[in-house]
This record gives sequence, C-alpha cells and structure tokens, in this order.
Amino acid sequence: MNEVFAALAAQPDHRPWPRREVDEAMWDALAQQLAAGEITLLGLWGEPGMVHMALLDAENAVAVASLACVGGRFPSVARHHPPAIRLERTIHDLYGLEAIGAPDPRPWLDHGRWPSRKTSGGYAFLPSLGQGLHQIPVGPVHAGIIEPGHFRFTACGEAVVRLEERLGYAHKGVESLMAGAALDRAGFFAARLSGDSTVACSLSFSRAVEAALHFEPPPRGNWVRALMAELERLANHFGDIGGVCNDAAFALMLAHCSVLRERVLRACDVCFGHRMMMDVIIPGGLKADLNPEAPAVLRDLVATLRAAFPPLIELYENTASLQDRTAGAGVLSPALARQFGCGGFVGRASGRAFDARRDLAYPPYDRLKFDVPTLAEGDVNARVWLRIREVEQSLGLIDQILAAMPPGRFFTEPPSGGGEGLALVEGFRGDILAWVRLAPDGKIDRCHMRDPSWFQWPLIEAAIEGNIVADFPLLNKSFNCSYSGHDL
Amino acid sequence: MRKILLQTLLKDPLTEARPADDDPEFVELSRKLKQGVDRRFGRSLAIRQVDAGSCNGCELEIHALNNPFYDLERFGFKFVASPRHADLLLVTGPVTFNMREALQRTYDATPGPKWVVSVGACALDGGLYAGSYACAGGVSGVLPVDLHIPGCPPAPISLIKGMVALIEKS
Repeated sequence: MNEVFAALAAQPDHRPWPRREVDEAMWDALAQQLAAGEITLLGLWGEPGMVHMALLDAENAVAVASLACVGGRFPSVARHHPPAIRLERTIHDLYGLEAIGAPDPRPWLDHGRWPSRKTSGGYAFLPSLGQGLHQIPVGPVHAGIIEPGHFRFTACGEAVVRLEERLGYAHKGVESLMAGAALDRAGFFAARLSGDSTVACSLSFSRAVEAALHFEPPPRGNWVRALMAELERLANHFGDIGGVCNDAAFALMLAHCSVLRERVLRACDVCFGHRMMMDVIIPGGLKADLNPEAPAVLRDLVATLRAAFPPLIELYENTASLQDRTAGAGVLSPALARQFGCGGFVGRASGRAFDARRDLAYPPYDRLKFDVPTLAEGDVNARVWLRIREVEQSLGLIDQILAAMPPGRFFTEPPSGGGEGLALVEGFRGDILAWVRLAPDGKIDRCHMRDPSWFQWPLIEAAIEGNIVADFPLLNKSFNCSYSGHDL
Repeated sequence: MRKILLQTLLKDPLTEARPADDDPEFVELSRKLKQGVDRRFGRSLAIRQVDAGSCNGCELEIHALNNPFYDLERFGFKFVASPRHADLLLVTGPVTFNMREALQRTYDATPGPKWVVSVGACALDGGLYAGSYACAGGVSGVLPVDLHIPGCPPAPISLIKGMVALIEKS
C-alpha cells in the first residue's frame, strides 16, 4: 500500500482493517496506484457528503480510504481506473456526489423513474459505426426464467461488434432502506441482496457487524456458518454447470445436475428449516442450531453426490458437441480479470488466484484444508471446470466440518454500542464486501454491500467481442452474474 | 453418455417414485392439477415468468419446478419465451419503478384470456421493500392479480399448490 497513506492516522473505531481519511491529492494518488495495478479496488461507495474506497494490496492487506466531498464533488477514480466507472455513476445516482473528470457521466441505476427524484430519463447507448451493423435490443424481460436487465448488441452478421449492458432494473433502494434500521431488520435486506447467495450475504453482513461491535460468535456458530456456505456453493455450482450445458442445448446435463441441486436443497431444508437457508445467519451466530439429524443427513448427501457427480464430469468431458461450444468461447483475458479485481470462478478461471476463504481467512477456514483451483484459459469451458473443481473442494470441506464441528453455544448476544466494520466473505460467485457503521444505539447508520458481480458484469462486454450472438446465453450463464446483487 | 442414458432407462424415474415415497400431499396435488389443467385449459397452460425486481430467490424455486422431481411440464404447464405465447404471467418482486413499464408492456402483449399470479412476499405488497423510493410495491398495484402465492421464496410444492388453487378458482 502507499506508504504515505499507510502512515496516516486510522479512524479509531473501524475494524478489523484500518479506515483513513484522506485529502483529494491522496485520493488521486491511490487512484493512480489502482491504475498501475499495484493495488486492487475492492469497493467504492458513497454516503451523503463522503466517498469511500476499499483497497487490497499485493500482500492481501486491506484498507479503506475516505474522502469528504467538498461541494459535493470528488476526483474521479474512473478516469484513471475503468473498473470504477459504474460505481461512480451509482454514487452520483444515489447520493448526488459528482466525480470530477469521470469518463462516463451517464446515470446508471437511476432510469429517471423514481417519483421522488425525477431526472430526465433519457439514455444514450454508445454508438457503433460501420457498414452493415445492426442493433439487437434484448430485455429487460428475457426469454428464460431470469432476472431483468437490458443488453444492447451491435452485430455484424452474426458476430458481436459491441455489447452494452444496461442494468438497474432490480434497484430496490436497499441502502436507503437499511439506513436507520435495527440489526434484525437490516439483516433481512442483507439476506435478500442476491437470493442465490443469501448465506454468503448474511455472513458478510454479520461479520461486518461483529467487527464493528468488536466481538466474535461462539466457535460452533462459525463452523455451522461455513457448513452452510459450502452447501450453498454446491447447490449453485450444480445449478450453473447444468445451466451452462443447457444453454449449449445439452439438456441431459441440466436434468442430472438439477437433481443434485434439489438433493442439496432438500437436505438444507431438513437441517436448517429452509431450502435456501435464508435468515439463519445473524450477527452473533445463528438464529437456530442445526437439526440433530443434520450430520447423518449431510453425510448421506455427500456420499450421494460423490457417487453421482463423477459420471457427469465424464459426460461433460467426453461430449465433443458440448466441448465444441464451451472450449474457446467467451474468453476473458487474465489481464482484465486482474485489472477489475474480478473474484470467484470467473476470476480464477482467468488466472486470478484470489479466494477470501484463504487469502483473508476467517474462521473456521483458517483451520480447514482446501485448494483454490485456478485456470488460465478464461473461456466458458474453464469456468465450467472451475466449478467442477470447487464442487470437489466443497465436498471435502463439508467432510472436515462435520468431523471437527465443536459442540456448544451457537449464538452470542451482540453487545450494545456503535462502531464501523468491514467484512469480505467468499460467496459462490466471489468475494462479497459488507461495510457497516452502527450508530451508538446499535441501529444501522450506513451499510454498503458490494456484490462480486460489480467487477464481473463489465467483463462480459469484453468477453463477448468477436463471438456470435447465439453464444451470448452460454457466455452469460458461465459468468452467472447477479442482477439483484448489483442493482441494490 | 450411452452409459448414463442406459442407466436412466433402467432406473425408475425420480418423478414418480420420489413424491409417492415421502410426500403423499404432492401426489394428491399433482392429480388435482392435472385434472384442472385438462378441464379448464385444454390440457395445456403456457406460463411467462416476469421478474419485477426480485432478489432471484423466487426464480430459483420456479426453476426447480422444471427439475425431474417436480417436472411441471407433465401436467401441461409450459414456460414460454414470449408473452405472446402465454396464458399466465407469473410475476415476482416488489415491482421496482425501473421495471413497472416493462411489466405493464409484457401484460399488454399477452393475449386474452389471461391470468396473473404474483409470487413471493415482495410481489404481494412490496414486502420488505414497501415504502422504498424505488418500488411501486406489489403487483396488484399495476396489474389485476388473480392469485397470490406466498412465501419467501415459496418452495416448489407451494408453487404447485398455488397453481391448483388457480385452477379451482377459475
């Protein structure tokens, strides 16, 4: 990290990593360091009168830089570092703060339809000029059972010349609803940031609150949380592997993988009382302990999955018509994955070996053995293989957790008081950042949650270039970004 | 692949065996549903799902209806890609203002007679998001809703129950 920045006094009540207030010159210097690739952007968010950015350096040290916005303005990070573009547009939409020198001044989440703050609503897509180009508008209502978003393709024949995403259709105003909410109510919003990652989102939120209040849940709480996180990862990876193959018209794989996914969800229902394990993780630990039958149910589940999955891997590997679609399609270059600090299987399939469970280890992962599989090819095929490898790792982790899970209490009442906390948790899609500031009465003053999709969505625009329009669903599913998590 | 296909042929289908084994309720619902669809909708009902700003939890469970355990298509229900092919709109989410027009236009593009089913706590009245500056709050504020299926998210079995209720009502 920047030495001058590191020498600045840290805010006294921000944990576990330091938050330092900087001036405009230092803010700009950090932006240039981001652009030079010396540090990675973990998040950039606003609140009335202030902007914050979370940074990660090469030694996996984390810090937050905060800048008071004099006159409602701050120097643009995006003018040096493109991954910040959409984040700055969002800060302007939600808090009215203007990024000076920003390369793209268009609104992002604000479509000009919020009755309380009517803006013009006009939106100009980026132009593509050339002979024989045509545009294909897709969404926000799509053909499948998926979330809303708009994709504007410019194609030359079948080849995509430019894809421009327009998101924000699922914007629900989560940050404003969380501000002033009591912890339990705020937790409901965190659990629904992105429903498929409800466990990881609740975990990230809870860990941020626990950091702010400077306490840890009891050990059993941590172990059960990790068990849930791995089950969620399994369910989603099975769904995704089947989904990607289905988008290559190989429905057999979807049928088999959706059976495995359903088995995981049914086991979760027995163990935690909810198929997706929503609202089980709360600050202080868990709302309820595991069902006493859980260890047996989960051992059965793991055995079933271990028996059923290898033939499916073989099926994937040996079906030439399927490989023909996935291998070499939608390549994301390692350079872009690194520049965007792209997490999860998308980043790791393009050589960025970052996993918050290992690199910013939180309990109980510091006591568990697992690999972080990484590939360099960056194509759809690599993203499928990454998930396959991660399924194997998660099965191993569940074994270890079941064997070593300590007995005892599963919940500690959070102490009263205020403070600031930051947490990064590895969801199935990548690292989820949560930042909270608690008021002295224990209510949420501010909470910002950054879904991993923020640093993955823009890369689809790059990865689709030169591919054919018909491969877009395949590519999109291989990324499987969250709309809701991104749209807030 | 041949081995997997062969095994699939030799094994009992999950769809029949599983619910009969451990879920008599499902079997009874399945029977009612099939009869209802046959009687009211000429044995086939086309569903268009619209996400009006959900957290995607409802979508995952709606997806599950297509897995071999629930296999909704055997009752004549089919998810279609365009509202122009649909008899029923299945709407999730608190209806964000950014999605309201798209939802209205999807409804307008659906030929009559048509039904609207709202799914999940948000779709009833905005749920948690009621009162947000960004949400219209509930599908019934925008479209005439024939039936609401509660849950957060509703489990697949609840979704099937909801379909049965719709058929008995209409």
